[in-house]
Amino acid sequence: MAQQDSQGTSPPAHASTLGNLTAVREMIQRHKRSDIVFASIGLLALMLGLLTLLTLFIDLVMDGYPRFNLQFFSDYPSRRAGSAGLLSAWVGSVLVMSITFLTAVPVGVGAAVYLEEYAPKNWFSDLIEINVSNLAGVPSIIYGLLALGLFVYGLGLGQSIVTAGLTLGLLILPIVIVSTREAIRGIPVAIREAAYAVGATKWQVVSDHVVKYSQGGILTGVIIGMSRAIGETAPIITIGALTFIAFLPPSPITEVAPYLNFEWLSSGFTVLPIQMFNWLSRPDHAFHTNAAATGAIIIVVTLLMNGTAIYLRYQIRKNIKW
Amino acid sequence: MVTTSTPLKAESKNLNFYYSNGHQALKSVNMPIYENKITALIGPSGCGKSTFLRCFNRMHDLYPGNKYEGQIVMHPDNTNILAAGVDPIEVRMRISMVFQKPNPFPKTIFENVAYGLRVRDEKNKRVVADKVEEALKGASLWNEVKDRLDDLAFNLSGGQQQRLCIARALATDPEIMLFDEPTSALDPIATANIEELMDELRGKLTILVVTHNMQQAARISDYTAYMYLGEMMEYGDTDTIFTRPVRKETEDYITGKFG
Repeated sequence: MAQQDSQGTSPPAHASTLGNLTAVREMIQRHKRSDIVFASIGLLALMLGLLTLLTLFIDLVMDGYPRFNLQFFSDYPSRRAGSAGLLSAWVGSVLVMSITFLTAVPVGVGAAVYLEEYAPKNWFSDLIEINVSNLAGVPSIIYGLLALGLFVYGLGLGQSIVTAGLTLGLLILPIVIVSTREAIRGIPVAIREAAYAVGATKWQVVSDHVVKYSQGGILTGVIIGMSRAIGETAPIITIGALTFIAFLPPSPITEVAPYLNFEWLSSGFTVLPIQMFNWLSRPDHAFHTNAAATGAIIIVVTLLMNGTAIYLRYQIRKNIKW
Repeated sequence: MVTTSTPLKAESKNLNFYYSNGHQALKSVNMPIYENKITALIGPSGCGKSTFLRCFNRMHDLYPGNKYEGQIVMHPDNTNILAAGVDPIEVRMRISMVFQKPNPFPKTIFENVAYGLRVRDEKNKRVVADKVEEALKGASLWNEVKDRLDDLAFNLSGGQQQRLCIARALATDPEIMLFDEPTSALDPIATANIEELMDELRGKLTILVVTHNMQQAARISDYTAYMYLGEMMEYGDTDTIFTRPVRKETEDYITGKFG
């Protein structure tokens, strides 16, 4: 058989590498040229994306540089650009994000665990799966319209922090669900079977193993979702965030028992991207400096959140080897 | 052939098993499992020996569409563990399992062994600690890990991990322990350790072991069953099966002419 092959199908040049060393070396060099071509195109593509972002960031930093001081964070918005600050915007962002976190995490993780572990596998669960993935691609302004109808008018929550938090929670829900499911699927069957084999119930397997071992992936999804939500503007405008706000919502923590206060939930608010949008739309050039500084801050916060996600995932995965 | 004085621990009666794709993996398997003896299941890949083993702790119930017919009766209580009314979790409380590849949880050594007790709501720390020690001693691992019980199980070697899995399965005082090719992922020294350990468990625990390794079956088991294409071809005490098999197919498989 082998003989027949070498005589019939393979070219004689391949018969001996040693005999044609020069020709073979030339051929290898020729083949390697494709590597260089592709690597160059790839590098160019990479740089195109990275450099654009970097240029934008540097531009924002340079424009906003005069405003990088503590006062910028502790001042309310003002008619005078030089003394206008971000206080109400960053406090608003923090409060809105906390609502987003508190709603999207339990709902998203719960939904994902149910879909992976409990839901029967049939056409209906397939349909849900496809739709969850599709939801991640719905334009955010659609979520804003939904929230306007449902939260603001339907449930009467008004143009408040809780409305904004719930809206963004809804927006990042698909991201949380999809990443949680991916993380759960990464747990080997053998580990699951090991837990069942000692007599664990489904819930014991979920709570003692599945959720614990997928924490890294869940956390990554949550933080990536949150970093998307923190920069969202369209849905927040739709539900009616205020653009000029010179007060803080009532503090969530009080000095007297029970030390917690929930009035802030229904308070009006603004968030960082709205503040930026507002400053940007003013004719006075001095406000554009404020906007640039805010833009740079949003980018830094987003990068910090993503960095945290990567770090935490690494820390959690470090102890899990499969 | 089989001494009548040895009590039965379990017995499969006309056991058929169908996977969700309709494939019949077991065909009317009848087999006794004797108390405190080691029974080995041998046969070529795909013969149904692992499928048979996994019927004993209802592992197949984890995947929808699988179907059992027939019975596996446990003694002395005469419970058919395949009956629809019997909770698979209850079955797994009585029958524990060691898998092909070591599969410790990403938890500490202590927590790996203690997990079966946690599932059984054992809250007494003293009891848990004693049981873990006893199980680790039973799995010949205690001396190697007693000073680092809070280390992650992944830091152990493959052979140690497998003994940890044996300790996890021992800690809950099972009536039967299933071993699914427990040494196929291990090096020869670790394999020898596991075989030695199984030998020590003989007489204390009923063991059912699937193995690809003929010598292993010959070395460690009291009874051997040869399976082929989902059927029980021959069953007998290990000496007889390996020296004077009744069927030609068994002899061919054992001597390596086939399989």
